[in-house]
Amino acid sequence: MTVIGESVPRLEDRALLTGIGRFAGDQNFEGQLHMRVVRATVAHGRILSITTEDAAAMPGVFAIWTGADVADVPPINLRPGSALQDLEKCRQHILAQEIVRYVGEPLAVVFADDPYRAEDGADLVWAEIEELPPVVGLMDALGEFAPGISTEPAVFEKSYGDVDAAFAGAAHVIECELSVGRHAGVPLETRGALAVWNEAEDRLEFHAAAKIPHTNRIALADLLGLELEQLHLFEGHVGGGFGVRGELYPDEVLVNLAAMRFRRPVKWIEDRMEHLIAANHSREQTHRIRAATDAEGLILGLDDAFWFNQGAYARTHGATVPLISATMLPGPYKIPAYRTTGHIRLTNVTPAGTYRGPGRFETTFVREQLMDRIAAELKLDPLAVRRTNLITSDEMPYERPFEIGGKPIFYDSGDYPKSLARLLDYVGYDALQVEMVARRAAGEMAGAAVICFVERGGDGPFDDVRVEMDAGGTVEIITGVASVGQGVETVIAQICAETLGMDYAGITVTHGQTDRIARGQGARASRVTVMTGNATHKAAMGVRAMLLAKAAELLQSPVKTLDIVDGVIGVGGMSGDGPSLTIAEAAAEILRHRDASRIAVEETFENDRATYSFGAQLAAVTVDPLTAGVTVERFVVAYDIGRAVNPMLVEGQLVGGAVQGIGGALFEEFLYDENGQPLSVTFADYLMPTAAEVPDVECLVLEESPSTTNPLALKSAGDAGVTGAGAAIAAAIGAALGQPGAITRLPVSPLRLREILRKPSQ
Amino acid sequence: MATTRIQLNVNGTEHAVEVEPRHSLVDTLREACGLTGSHIGCEHGVCGACTILVDDEPVRGCLMFSVQADGKQIRTVEGLANNGAFNALQQAFHEQHALQCGFCTPGMLMLATWIVERDTPVSDDQLRDLIASNLCRCTGYRNIIRAIRAVLDQSGNAEAGP
Amino acid sequence: MKPASFEYVIAESWDAAAALLAEHGDDAVVLAGGQSLVPVMNFRLAQPAVLVDLNHIPDSAYLRIEGDCLRIGALTRHARFEAPGIDGPLGRLLPRIARNIAHLPIRMRGTFGGSLAHADPASEWCNLARAFDAVMIAQSASGERRIPAADYFQSALTTDLADGEVLHEIKIPTLGPDWRCGFVEFNRRAGDFAIVQSVAAIELREGQITAARIGIGGATEIPQRSDAAEAVLVGGPPTPERFAEAAAAAAGSVEDLLTDHQADADMRRDLVRVMVQRALEDAVASGEGQA
Repeated sequence: MTVIGESVPRLEDRALLTGIGRFAGDQNFEGQLHMRVVRATVAHGRILSITTEDAAAMPGVFAIWTGADVADVPPINLRPGSALQDLEKCRQHILAQEIVRYVGEPLAVVFADDPYRAEDGADLVWAEIEELPPVVGLMDALGEFAPGISTEPAVFEKSYGDVDAAFAGAAHVIECELSVGRHAGVPLETRGALAVWNEAEDRLEFHAAAKIPHTNRIALADLLGLELEQLHLFEGHVGGGFGVRGELYPDEVLVNLAAMRFRRPVKWIEDRMEHLIAANHSREQTHRIRAATDAEGLILGLDDAFWFNQGAYARTHGATVPLISATMLPGPYKIPAYRTTGHIRLTNVTPAGTYRGPGRFETTFVREQLMDRIAAELKLDPLAVRRTNLITSDEMPYERPFEIGGKPIFYDSGDYPKSLARLLDYVGYDALQVEMVARRAAGEMAGAAVICFVERGGDGPFDDVRVEMDAGGTVEIITGVASVGQGVETVIAQICAETLGMDYAGITVTHGQTDRIARGQGARASRVTVMTGNATHKAAMGVRAMLLAKAAELLQSPVKTLDIVDGVIGVGGMSGDGPSLTIAEAAAEILRHRDASRIAVEETFENDRATYSFGAQLAAVTVDPLTAGVTVERFVVAYDIGRAVNPMLVEGQLVGGAVQGIGGALFEEFLYDENGQPLSVTFADYLMPTAAEVPDVECLVLEESPSTTNPLALKSAGDAGVTGAGAAIAAAIGAALGQPGAITRLPVSPLRLREILRKPSQ
Repeated sequence: MATTRIQLNVNGTEHAVEVEPRHSLVDTLREACGLTGSHIGCEHGVCGACTILVDDEPVRGCLMFSVQADGKQIRTVEGLANNGAFNALQQAFHEQHALQCGFCTPGMLMLATWIVERDTPVSDDQLRDLIASNLCRCTGYRNIIRAIRAVLDQSGNAEAGP
Repeated sequence: MKPASFEYVIAESWDAAAALLAEHGDDAVVLAGGQSLVPVMNFRLAQPAVLVDLNHIPDSAYLRIEGDCLRIGALTRHARFEAPGIDGPLGRLLPRIARNIAHLPIRMRGTFGGSLAHADPASEWCNLARAFDAVMIAQSASGERRIPAADYFQSALTTDLADGEVLHEIKIPTLGPDWRCGFVEFNRRAGDFAIVQSVAAIELREGQITAARIGIGGATEIPQRSDAAEAVLVGGPPTPERFAEAAAAAAGSVEDLLTDHQADADMRRDLVRVMVQRALEDAVASGEGQA
């Protein structure tokens, strides 16, 4: 029986559809205090004093902390392996100590008996701050950001091949400067946390944790001076993550510290304005890139330098985003020689971390616009230039001779030209372009373009899964992953169900509970299906072996003659024909002779090789020449996932990601004025796509190149919708203008596009 | 800080609650009434996660004070299922994979409830325009629109043309 | 983002509302739809001590033709204008404007009077009121005051309403059957605040424009009527060339353009030209097939 590959509806849906979800805001503990953060309103300054008497006198206010009260808590660490050069010096304290460095930085916290009164109290905390000049320019001349810390605390190079020789022998050299605006995941649920000191168990419990509970547990225990056994994290429902939620922020640390110190539960839910100025930003990069090509547009070498705006502090991701950017920029093209220099800059704005497809959304835009510029300058067709440079199937597995996270990069499998051809075929590309040419001839500014990218996922190095079955044949899978809403439970249940030959609906999947399984890697970098899926398969195979062994004994038939179908173990695999017994009966028999209520098999799946998959996207847009407004007429995502466990869920990821990407291409940006004051602080300023701004995104889910890195041959899909969207929209606008490569900056706002429209075209 | 006693009729059940005038309707539903299905995403009326029906009209629960809802008929997501059985919209959302994280879902369902309960044909463009009222960050809207269209079609609500 | 505390009072009549405002002075604000006021209170940009709820005042929401004028009760919800049931060019124009206001759930609560009192530069109803010479009827403890639109708008978010005054009705002169009306706005996303918008109404008799009203909103602090555009239009035929000329005149004469990170003054000026032209085209197109 197969359930892998079936678009079965989700196990997660019931609670969410009936309104009984347990998001952070939905959880409450008896006697809880509500925490409200007081945040800096200047971008850079020295704290002269913080007055709290008026706030403390407000009804319901229980306590107020300022920097002095938490000075003994060390700054938040970078994740192991993510530090680079001086970034360790740039960590953030949980409350500002003497200097504030961005608008939104926590200065104080107020604890009160309800959130309204906590906010009343917070309003009366007065901070006297001597303003200092802020650093706001990403590309400013180097200077001092903080005592002993340069505005460029880290700069690194990644390269392979002989770049200088490539440029020396080039027929053409094409240069551009390309930028992506600051934006981020902005999930619909704001961040929140609850912490409770469990007196009976002598431990701290952090509820409504997310993303990487086990990793955060280790980091948080260390920060708070607790033994690991004294801290557990519990995940409830999570309203989207996209990389932003779940990293260890000052706010969560404060919640936990308060619960520990007060021995009372503490609850914190940030509001939307706080989210927009205090949760991780992302994406802001400027690249200066040169391509050396031959006469036919084949790239001989790339020479790139880029500046990454980290904001005011290094966050838990350290140098991860710039490093991924550096290694993924070449994408699906051969690029025999490549060099990039990554400059990590500090400025007095909200700190940055990852956002879905980190480093890939940005560099796909840069690389694909460069391809269009090559096409424009060499007077070649943009699609032809891409085909000329694509890695072919006989070159697989394709090595990029540098490392990421200490691991080499091997594009494991794929037939990139064939996958691209599938997209072109699906959209009727040639006819589409003929139609576009005709529309432009008739005076419309309409265009369509195709871009290509490579996505990565399945980050190891390991995943542990325990499959348990009780005497009734009910299964619980205990994992170390986290759910951000992507359908983790269903996919894992499907894999287990197929392995055990049972209905997936009889399976529950536990995640995000650190007291149920010792280790976990959470949900990040699009890893769950691959890593947890394989670990689940391994553990389920262990349970299957036990069931078959018992059945062989009871049915007097060798194991190799038995199969399990629809929960029934029988000879020859078909129930009803000869002796059989149900999974439940077999399980009950096994357990009868044991001092346990459940069969349990725990396995580890180890993998140090990420999976790499090819994608291509087509966007068709029209531009209003008088207003510079852009309408997205059509958006198609083609993606080779190798093997889809649940095609409907894969499409959900692609469509959702594509719409976020369209947001980053046209609408979303965290803007600042010259004083470092954030301008995008409400949903009226930070604009995300509604249903009216996007078409029905079409998906072509290809299963052509199963992964060679794991037994189930799985690849990931989480980031493949968003990664190409900036590039696709930019390329389509270029096509509409008759100027491939014209767009050099995202988002393409009317204000920016207008400048391009007003320039005389070449 | 003086509180006042109001009567909220939520999904047919009377709730007598003590509220301050400044308590938003969505906060009171979530806290005093214990109905946490309606969510808070922005508190300035844009995201729609708090969308509920008040006297059968979709409104932002974050932009009404509880005292304004005294005596009104309020419907929230918790009132949709029938003894645990999904109603047509919930079933369609489930089958069409119209939710991922589920945070926008209650607001979408209540907006959709208004759409399907009206006796007015809704074209695809009109449906898309109506769904533009609420933000979703996960699904890209496609499956939400498909789910509602499926229910409209089932109930014989013919398309009014593009 | 919870608001500060306030005392909540229900006004049972317009007189009662006026009396409450007189009693509390600066400390009180009125609550109509709340779709503009409550966000401002949630951000704590406004912290009124007293909130006077107007929603219980009987007969405060209505659309009535009386002679040659449309009387609009201040508490009439935006959603009502989507199917106003009013004949004539003005009646046909109202839904075309209303569907541009925010989104459905906001339109269910937000009110015409509330928009006029709030006077956001991007308000569609403010643009209409100015262009069509509406008269605002305000009530206070000392009686009623009629404020013509030309005097009503002072600056962004500021009107001529004095302390203690509350808008209770707005009168808009109706238009005869020879009028054609159009409306367009430009924004980043459907339902967003309009960056620039235009309402255009032309009276056509025997192929000539005999009167015109061109309103521009979102471009400046207060909505404007473009005398320059109207002067170009009147006395000639409704041709694309004339419309372009009128639009250029409108753009050329508008002063003190707003500038922000969405659009600078230059962009707004260009948009004035484009919106006026398109509103005029919309007026002609919407008139096709009319008697």
